[in-house]
Amino acid sequence: MTFTIQIENGTEVRNAEADSQRTLYPYVTGTSVVAIKYKDGVLMASDMGGSYGSTLRYKNIERMKAIGKHSLLGASGEISDFQEILRYLDELTLNDNMWDDGNSLGPKEVHNYLTRVMYNRRNKFNPLWNTLVLGGVKNGEKYLGMVSMIGVSFEDNHVATGFGNHLARPILRDEWREDLGFEEGVKLLEKCMRVLLYRDRSAINKLQIAKMTEEGVTVSEPYSLKTFWEFKAFTNPTVGAEGSW
Amino acid sequence: MSQSAVDVPPKGGFSFDLCKRNDMLTQKGLKAPSFLKTGTTIVGLIFKDGVILGADTRATEGPIVADKNCEKIHYMAPNIYCCGAGTAADTEAVTDMVSSQLRLHRYQTSRDSRVITALTLLKKHLFSYQGHVSAALVLGGVDITGPHLHTIYPHGSTDTLPFATMGSGSLAAMSVFEAKYKEGLTRDEGIQLVAEAICSGIFNDLGSGSNVDICVITKGNKEYLRNYMEPNPRTYVSSKGYSFTKKTEVLLTKITPLLERVEITEVGEAMEE
Repeated sequence: MTFTIQIENGTEVRNAEADSQRTLYPYVTGTSVVAIKYKDGVLMASDMGGSYGSTLRYKNIERMKAIGKHSLLGASGEISDFQEILRYLDELTLNDNMWDDGNSLGPKEVHNYLTRVMYNRRNKFNPLWNTLVLGGVKNGEKYLGMVSMIGVSFEDNHVATGFGNHLARPILRDEWREDLGFEEGVKLLEKCMRVLLYRDRSAINKLQIAKMTEEGVTVSEPYSLKTFWEFKAFTNPTVGAEGSW
Repeated sequence: MSQSAVDVPPKGGFSFDLCKRNDMLTQKGLKAPSFLKTGTTIVGLIFKDGVILGADTRATEGPIVADKNCEKIHYMAPNIYCCGAGTAADTEAVTDMVSSQLRLHRYQTSRDSRVITALTLLKKHLFSYQGHVSAALVLGGVDITGPHLHTIYPHGSTDTLPFATMGSGSLAAMSVFEAKYKEGLTRDEGIQLVAEAICSGIFNDLGSGSNVDICVITKGNKEYLRNYMEPNPRTYVSSKGYSFTKKTEVLLTKITPLLERVEITEVGEAMEE
């Protein structure tokens, strides 16, 4: 059923049926993704949760996927839009392979393609509700970039989406160095993910870490972080004031 | 209609009579003036011998920095200090008020103030104003029962914590605390961690900036380290000073008083002791 709303000066405002054709708000969302460049390549971490509003609906969503041989895409935001983007990238890589000329898409090219897609969708008022993190290594060059749902795109040595902007970025700005080894890089990412686990309500304690180097792209098995809850003020908060809160 | 003979005394708390008028004005397009907010990073942590409080020193009025070096750590009692975030007037007034109440209470009971006393007085006041007094506080001190650290939210709820952050820079500071806090820190480790958390707020949050203030409270002793760190100095200061151009003449400065000073001699009896 379609109907139009008339306002005083006689112009049509909006068609209700057309509204259902565009993304108005996200439904199933993933929380932050954190990524850093390190000595041999790029490391990315994200948890495996998919929240449906305030319910933790899905606990086994892989929010990081390999694209071609050289890049890895991590996404936060609407999961269905992430799956759509993976389909677009599948089509892109397939068409590229059909040329059969030995060339393969590197992270820079994929990042550029994603920026164009996100910006154009935003211009049509029908955004893909994601913040994407694209990392990879091709021909010895490390690359790490980010695209938001309104098409803001940039590259940096360390990026974070969502809550990670507020909680992980300060730590990374202080402690990131150009020559981090693999173990140090993983420890730094785990530090950020632990803070996010404590302070982001939609984070879960089941995360994956992905490694991108010249040899290729691997995503680790899911694992959990150790947390500490034994502070004296947590176990006995009303010492000196029985009955207070 | 005749007025009643006995006037009803005015009720306490806010009177919301003008809210309807304000709503009508905002509908007509009038923008209400914004409050001077502190847009802050304030932190506190409990270490081995007591409590350390920290704060930045920037006060904002919307996008403008109104005060580059304000004091956000307020005195409550010789052994209790309170950091304040939110509307600057609210934090000043509420901490002043409770500080006076605590002093009167000390005179009456002949005992040192306890942190939970300050907590309950603040909590009662903020709750009765239902969140309209926009003061978010980090209250810390050492009393006879030991060191205590509490956070108080504008609506009147409180938390007791080993480490706490409030204000717009609270997430940046909390990420430092969550990553690095341990129990049983020494004084120097604690001060360094607090300074690191405030710096994290200063550099990663736009509402916080300028310098770091620190207050260390231990049993029987307190140290207020105003401007403990100044990580944002003016980088370019001309070494020549201000040099006048050749055409300008510097005139002599001469002060001529306008009136003769009149001396008043005391007449009459001195006041009774």
